[in-house]
Amino acid sequence: MKAQQLKIYSGSENEISAGTPELEPDAAPVPGSRWTHIHAPDARTTAVADARRQGRGRELKIFLSNPNALFGIVVLAIIAVAALLAPVLYPGDPLEMVARPFLWPGQNAAYPLGTDSMGRDVLAGILHGAWISLTVGIAATLLGLGVGVTVGALAGYFGGLVDDLLVKLIEIFQTIPSFVLLVVLVAIAQPTTTTVTTAIAIVSWPTVARLTRAEFRAIREKDYVLAARSLGFGHARIIFREILPNALPPLIVTSSVMVASAILMESALSFMGLGDPNRVSWGSMIGSGRDVIRTAWYLTALPGLAIVFTVLALNLIGDGLNDALNPRFSEER
Amino acid sequence: MSAYKRIGRTIRRTAIQAVPTVLGIVILNFFLLKLAPGDAADVMAAEAGSATVETMAALRERFGLDNPILVQLANYLNNLAHFSLGFSPRYGMPVADLIGQRLPGTLTLMLVALAIAIVVGLVLGSLMAVFAGRLPDRLISIISLLFYSIPGFWIGLMLILLFSVKLGWLPSGGDSTIGSRLTGLPVLLDRARYMILPATSLALFYLAIYARLTRAAMLEVRSQDFVRTARAKGVSPFVLTTRHMLRNALVPITTMAGMHFGGMLGGAVVVETVYSWPGLGRLAFEAVMARDFSVLLGILLLSSFLVIIANAAVDLLQAWLDPRIGASR
Repeated sequence: MKAQQLKIYSGSENEISAGTPELEPDAAPVPGSRWTHIHAPDARTTAVADARRQGRGRELKIFLSNPNALFGIVVLAIIAVAALLAPVLYPGDPLEMVARPFLWPGQNAAYPLGTDSMGRDVLAGILHGAWISLTVGIAATLLGLGVGVTVGALAGYFGGLVDDLLVKLIEIFQTIPSFVLLVVLVAIAQPTTTTVTTAIAIVSWPTVARLTRAEFRAIREKDYVLAARSLGFGHARIIFREILPNALPPLIVTSSVMVASAILMESALSFMGLGDPNRVSWGSMIGSGRDVIRTAWYLTALPGLAIVFTVLALNLIGDGLNDALNPRFSEER
Repeated sequence: MSAYKRIGRTIRRTAIQAVPTVLGIVILNFFLLKLAPGDAADVMAAEAGSATVETMAALRERFGLDNPILVQLANYLNNLAHFSLGFSPRYGMPVADLIGQRLPGTLTLMLVALAIAIVVGLVLGSLMAVFAGRLPDRLISIISLLFYSIPGFWIGLMLILLFSVKLGWLPSGGDSTIGSRLTGLPVLLDRARYMILPATSLALFYLAIYARLTRAAMLEVRSQDFVRTARAKGVSPFVLTTRHMLRNALVPITTMAGMHFGGMLGGAVVVETVYSWPGLGRLAFEAVMARDFSVLLGILLLSSFLVIIANAAVDLLQAWLDPRIGASR
């Protein structure tokens, strides 16, 4: 369930981090009375800002010229549209009985994917399940990224005792088998969409924290950080404006894989009966379909295919991002 | 430095590093236990069927549940030091015994799955590296990406559907034929039949990871001088791939395999519920269904310790294999 481990982001040094002291010229130090002698950085800033924009365009071009990544984007877009259309096409509760049970796909045009053992529409369930999977996946990733980046940035930037303590905390969370911890957390907190999302974030932040810490440790030694420090910028400004933008590429790659693994974790949880009982999810559909797998296997197969396509799309996007943001790796292909 | 000294140093370093982690996990575990709805007195009262407020208070006093939280933590640590993980009212036996019964099943399943994942992953990864950029490489990389995206429980169900329901070749659940009087080799074969599907479902995800890792590592090794030298002196392509390149590619894979121990344990939880495999994961699932938190947290604690032990074992293995590792730190 630790999908993010596949991404070995080889090399933190990519060309956009080569020298980008400022994002916008107006954020440069105000030439007050004390700083009259440092007008030079302004000129340099504008030049570098242009170079950076070109760099971004190049990466976007590489990403969009990758057929696998494009396929991933198209599939993900279809699933997202399906999720958004679910309340429009099927405004009722997808857990409600609508027709005779065990209608096979194609047997009745009104229920293209058939009905399950309780007479619930499978297509309505899959569309509503897409909404749950995507929202849980994205929300858990955002939460995990927030906590992970904060912890990792503090540990990597300050070092010393703070680093030691936070690394120990990360190590504790990485030692506990994450899916077992997830099951315990959800079982204790009672399964609802919110607790499932929070629990997934709790088990997935340590990977982000470790990655962020490694990036921060590498970047804080760079000359432009030293320059910012010698100009008297505060810690917050150096962390958010100097280091974080340059630490972003590996975090972007990780986040797409994190969404994929969060969706896998959510489906496994609800398959085990630890999902929100009032919401339909792909995992819970498989869980209720497995009892009748001998007679109506489509009930297990269809929601599973939805999971596979979603996760596959996210992994393809992750691969494409990795190739685009990490030129050294892509040359090997 | 002698190998013994190096390994001794690694053991000492690992032990020192593990102590705070173990303590942190134990304390986290304790607070999770406190957060769980209902304490032991509630459980006992529910089992008894009738309980007054007075008997509940008496029960709490007997279990020390009315003490301040720090005293309770000290008691919990004291119990753990005596290898006591509490008592499961559901199963009517100590949690430690219960887990001890189920542990071998899970460990066997995990080791077989790990072996499948590493062997098949190495073969597929080597094939991908040999044919890099050509059709076999593309095909295998698509397959491995697919394996990487399939939830283990779903592929488990699909394998049951194909091999048990449709073809009838392999059993769909359990770990051995019930009531069979086989002895010797047939017992092993019988168990192996039950092992194939669960181990495969658990292995596919990791297989994909190792295949991709092997490919990347082999491509990196391929351009190094010693490979060119070997090719120049006339080593056959097969020997070159297996002896010279694969051997060097193994180092990152052993590291990753050690790191995956915890993830695999989590995967085993789901796969075991699919195949009703009598292991820790199945026990965890039953404990969730019964809301038996002492068992659940016992499993959490014990599996964390297993991960620590597995990590230490990988450290030692590498210190033994690669002289540079123990000495440099």
